[in-house]
This record gives sequence, C-alpha cells and structure tokens, in this order.
Amino acid sequence: MKILTGNDLRSGDVVWWTGARWSRHVEDAFDVGENGERIAREEEAARRVNVPYVIDAVATPEGPRPAHIKDRVRALGPTVRIDLTLKPADPAAGSWVI
Amino acid sequence: MYKYDQYDQSIVDTRVAEFRDQVERRLSGALSEDQFKPLRLMNGLYLQLHAYMLRVAVPYGTLDSRQMRMLGHIARKYDRGYGHFTTRQNIQYNWIKLEDAPDILAELATVEMHAIQTSGNCIRNISSDQFAGAAADEVTDPRPWAELLRQWSSFHPEFSYLPRKFKIAVIASAQDRAAMRLHDIGIEIVDRDGEHGARIFVGGGMGRTPMIAPEIRDFVPLADLLSYLEACLRVYNRHGRRDNIYKARIKILIHEIGADAYRDQVEAEFTQVKALGIDPPQAEFDRIAAFFAPPPFDVSASDVLDRSDPDFAVWLDQNVSAHKVPGYAVATISLKPVGGIPGDATAEQIDVMADLAERYSFDECRVTHAQNIVLPHVCKSDLHAVWSALSDAGLAEANLDLISDIIACPGLDYCSLANARSIPVAQKIATRFADLGRQRELGELKLKISGCINACGHHHAGHIGILGVDKKGTENYQLSLGGSGAEDVSLAKITGPGFDEDGVVDAVEKVTDCYLSLREDGERFVDTYRRVGMEPFKAVLYG
Ligand code: HEM
Ligand code: SF4
Repeated sequence: MKILTGNDLRSGDVVWWTGARWSRHVEDAFDVGENGERIAREEEAARRVNVPYVIDAVATPEGPRPAHIKDRVRALGPTVRIDLTLKPADPAAGSWVI
Repeated sequence: MYKYDQYDQSIVDTRVAEFRDQVERRLSGALSEDQFKPLRLMNGLYLQLHAYMLRVAVPYGTLDSRQMRMLGHIARKYDRGYGHFTTRQNIQYNWIKLEDAPDILAELATVEMHAIQTSGNCIRNISSDQFAGAAADEVTDPRPWAELLRQWSSFHPEFSYLPRKFKIAVIASAQDRAAMRLHDIGIEIVDRDGEHGARIFVGGGMGRTPMIAPEIRDFVPLADLLSYLEACLRVYNRHGRRDNIYKARIKILIHEIGADAYRDQVEAEFTQVKALGIDPPQAEFDRIAAFFAPPPFDVSASDVLDRSDPDFAVWLDQNVSAHKVPGYAVATISLKPVGGIPGDATAEQIDVMADLAERYSFDECRVTHAQNIVLPHVCKSDLHAVWSALSDAGLAEANLDLISDIIACPGLDYCSLANARSIPVAQKIATRFADLGRQRELGELKLKISGCINACGHHHAGHIGILGVDKKGTENYQLSLGGSGAEDVSLAKITGPGFDEDGVVDAVEKVTDCYLSLREDGERFVDTYRRVGMEPFKAVLYG
C-alpha cells in the first residue's frame, strides 16, 4: 500500500494522511493508492503540511507500517530516547523500527 | 570574550526582524516552501527527520555563562529539554516549531548569539582550539584571529554563494585539537624567530572524498592574513565546480589542478588583493585582541593538588590538562556518559556547566569538536569542588580521549540524510567497554561514528572509524582503522566487508584485543596500527 506523510507546517510534527485529515499516528494512515501526489499538492497549497511525500507501507493488524526504516523512525521518534517517542510507556518501542 | 558593538547588535537584531516577517509570510501562504527554504536555511533552520532543527553558532566554541544559560533556557522553553553539541563547536536543537523560531532567535540575540551562516554555501562558523588562551603549549591565543575572520566572513558579499559550504579552523599550538587539516582552510599560527605568522593548509575535508589539506604557504605574516585568505577564496570562487555538488568543495579543485597550480594562482591574486588594503589597521586588531586579554589570574594560586580521593584522581588524570599559568588547570567535561547520547546535555546540565564556568572559570566555557565542554581556567584548589558538582549532575565521566569518548553524528535517529543509526552503536560500544580500568588500559583511542558518507561524525579521522551504510534496506557498518584528526593527521582505511549493529561492536572488541596483544611499550592504538599495518587486524576480523 501507499501512504502519504509530511511535516506539519507550523509545528514540524511528523504527520500521516488519514483520508480526511493529518494524524501524528501512522496507525491512522490511509491507503492513498494513485492519488497521493494530488492530495499532497492540495494539502500543501492549503498550508496544512510541509514537504509531503508518498511512501510504500505494508498493512499489519496494528495498521500501516512504513516499508523503509527511515519512515519507521519518523513514525516512532528517536529509537534512543523512548521517552521522546509516541510510545513513551512502551519499553519495546525501539524494536518496532528494526 | 568578544562583545558586540552597536553595529554587530543591530545587524543581528535586523536579521531577527526580517526572519520574523519571512516566517509570518510562510505561515500566511505568501511564501511557498521553495521560496522559504533558502531563507530559513540562512537562519540555521533545517527540516529534519522529526521536526525543524535549529543550529546555533558558537563562534570558535567560546561562550560565557550568560550565553550558556540561554542555551539551556531555549532547550527548556522551546525544545524538549536538551541540546546537542556538535563537532563544529555548535549546538543543535532537534524539536523546534517553525512558529517559535523567530522568538528563539530574538532571545539568542539578547546574548549576542544567532544562527546566521550555520547553513548554506558560505563561510561557516570558524572553529578553533578549545584550549585557546589556556593551553600550556600555545604560541598565542588564536581567538582574536578567529574573531577577525568571523567579522571578515560574516555577510561577506563575494563569499555568500560559494560553490559549496566552507569551513575554516585556526589553531596556534603544535598540538592540533581542532582537526585543522581536515578543514577547507586550516590556519596554524607559528612563531618564526619571534615573528608570528600563519601556515596555511587548503583543501582538507571529510565526506565522500576525504582529503588532508596540503600546505599552501609556510608563512603568511599575520598583517597579511585577510588578504591572503581573500585570495584563497577568490581562486576557489572562480574555479570551484558549481555543476556537480560532489565535486564542488575546494579539496576537489586542489586535487584536480594540484596544490602548486592553486598556490601560483593564489599568489598572483594575493598581489592584487594586498593592494586593496583590506587588512585591518593594527589598532583594529588590538581592539579585538583586548577582548581576549587573559583574565585576572591569581599569581599566588597554589599548584598543589589533593589527590587523596581516588575517583577524583582518575578524573584529574584523564580530563584535566596543563594550563599556561601555574596554579590553574583546564578541565574537560565529558558529555559521554556510558550508555548516553554523545554530545547531548539537558537544560539542567547546561545550567550546571554555566554556573561552574561563572564561579570557577572566569565566566568562560568552550565547546570542543569532540562534543565535550571545557572549563578553560580553573584554579587547581577549586578542581575538587568542580568535580563534585559535576558528579552530582552526571557530568563527571573520566573518559576523555578513551574508547567511550565517542564522537557520533545524530544518524538515522534524527538526520534525514542518514543511512544507518550512529547513536545506538556508540551506546553499545561504550557499554561493552564500560569498565574504566579497561578503557584506561587501552589508552588513548579515538572512536568516531557517522551515519552516512557526509562524515559529520569524523569517521575518517577516527583511530577506529565506523560508517553506517544502507545494505539492501538494512543498517550495515563499515569499520576503518588508522585515522587521526590531530597533528599526526591521517585518513582511516576500511578493514573489509561491513557488519551488522552487534557485529560491529564485536569487531571493535576484536580489534582492541588484537592491539593489546601486539602493542609495544608506550604505544597508543594508532601507533601500533601504523607499525603493524592492517593485516593482523584483518586476520582477527575475517579469519
Ligand atoms: C542533522 C543535521 C545535519 C545535516 C543535514 C548535515 C549535513 C551534512 C552534509 C550534507 C555534509 C557533507 C558536506 C560536504 O561534504 O560538502 C556534512 C558534513 C559534515 N557535518 Fe553535517 N549535517 C548534520 C549534522 C551535523 C552534526 C550534528 C555535526 C556534528 C556532530 C555535523 C558536522 C559535520 C562535519 C564535521 C562534516 C564534515 C565536513 C567536511 O570536512 O567535509 N553535522 N554534513
Ligand atoms: S554523517 Fe550523515 S547521518 Fe550523520 S549527521 Fe551527517 S548527514 Fe546526517
């Protein structure tokens, strides 16, 4: 599947396109199929997102999981500071990336 | 410490106001990202893996306690409670909001700091010896020259759009603590028969094509220094490649045309430039130098040290260096606790270091290219108090220049250019060698890790270097041996096929075991490597 990501223009937060809005959680990401580039252009023009791009992901029971390690790190936060990630309470969070 | 005059201050204040307007226009939609990106980069604001990243300049690594405290305040108020000190003697914040960036720059401007020229194809922050003004072995304090170069290069209209970024280091000791010959221009101030002049090395650098800078001039009278550098840059600006980013650095130009041809052109240009009279009058240099006058040292300070506390004694032996004034010492604060993130300091730790600088080091501290902090002028009788305060703050690791004093770039945990993570590898190696006795048995061993070929973590200059690469979508680590960024400068050589994350930790251990079995009296790791060559290490690594 293909999902759309970028950074929130104002805050810089990593965000994922859910089909209707942007979420900070990759689990909410939506399969954009062939429409990714178009949505990216529209959302960028509306200044809701910065440097959006389409990536490959695989569907899992927990939701989409980016194919490339770089976007898995983006989705989680730094693997070396679990306290700064979106899963600060999960000591195994880092292993999600690898 | 240099103090801004009203011109300096108004330039920085004007830039803050200009950037505030640019950010507002970006947020309102008047500017697209394509239009805005070069403007934010001119103010040190990158978009990284997780957020905007702000790189703040620390000219030649020197800070007073007020500035240091401001760095802590920014970490606390605008970031997530910490900052990352870098190999270019700067600090980076990883979690900046675009909408906060103008306020941050405004706060920095109140303590004479900014983020100008921390990005872009211009002359970047000038780096220098972190022991400047204190080192027992220096010819003179290099910082007045670094400051002069800062003033010359800031907003230099001719050198604002060079083919590529440009880095200059100035030292004034035979011991090179600034990786001088791995800069685009390295300047070593020397004394020849009582006259001070500069040896000029041009065309060094790491990254994709690492090079050690060749010597271009063995003596430039300091009164001609700016003219000579202006000539060096003009020749580069004229002939440097703008068509290919990988060939754009001055090291490639010099490699392609040869150091002699480059030197000839510089000398010709120098004659022209010298006639323009851009070198400052002596009075202007003296004005700058006065800011770096030695602090009021207590000449009666005692040279005696109480070494009865064994932990303190280890820290003294490892992290404290000779000062030029009897009764004083230079103390290096390690930002490399075992298992920690090299170069990171929390806002609280930054405050502690600022307080110690204010109380015990004539209000000064320094950032080192090895991502540590220095208190340059500590009375020997105060060292124990300093060490106790550092211990309470988790800053008393006695591992300077040992295997756990690792330089590591942010790697794939933060950097959008990375191929692999650097920090976890650093943490695992430091943890494997956590025993300080074992580290001291290994002696001086500089281990440096980069997460991609750009070499921000100086892996080419590591006695042991590690480079993260992407091997079919997984992280892989190449090991290299024999580099040095010091006065015995050399480039490390790759051992062979790379390793996975745990494999590279094992490989480092095999290499150090091999060294212990081969070393002769007094040899450091790199000395043994230079004597025996790569083969014995390859044998233990690949069998
Ligand atoms: C995280 C954001 C960073 C980015 C995007 C970045 C980008 C780059 C790039 C593109 C290069 C190669 C330039 C060239 O060869 O022309 C480079 C080199 C370098 N960077 Fe970084 N860097 C980052 C962080 C750092 C940090 C944190 C440090 C210090 C710890 C650092 C220090 C250096 C050094 C020393 C070099 C080698 C320069 C040379 O001699 O060629 N950078 N960086
Ligand atoms: S070496 Fe590569 S991964 Fe590391 S900070 Fe530099 S650009 Fe990023």
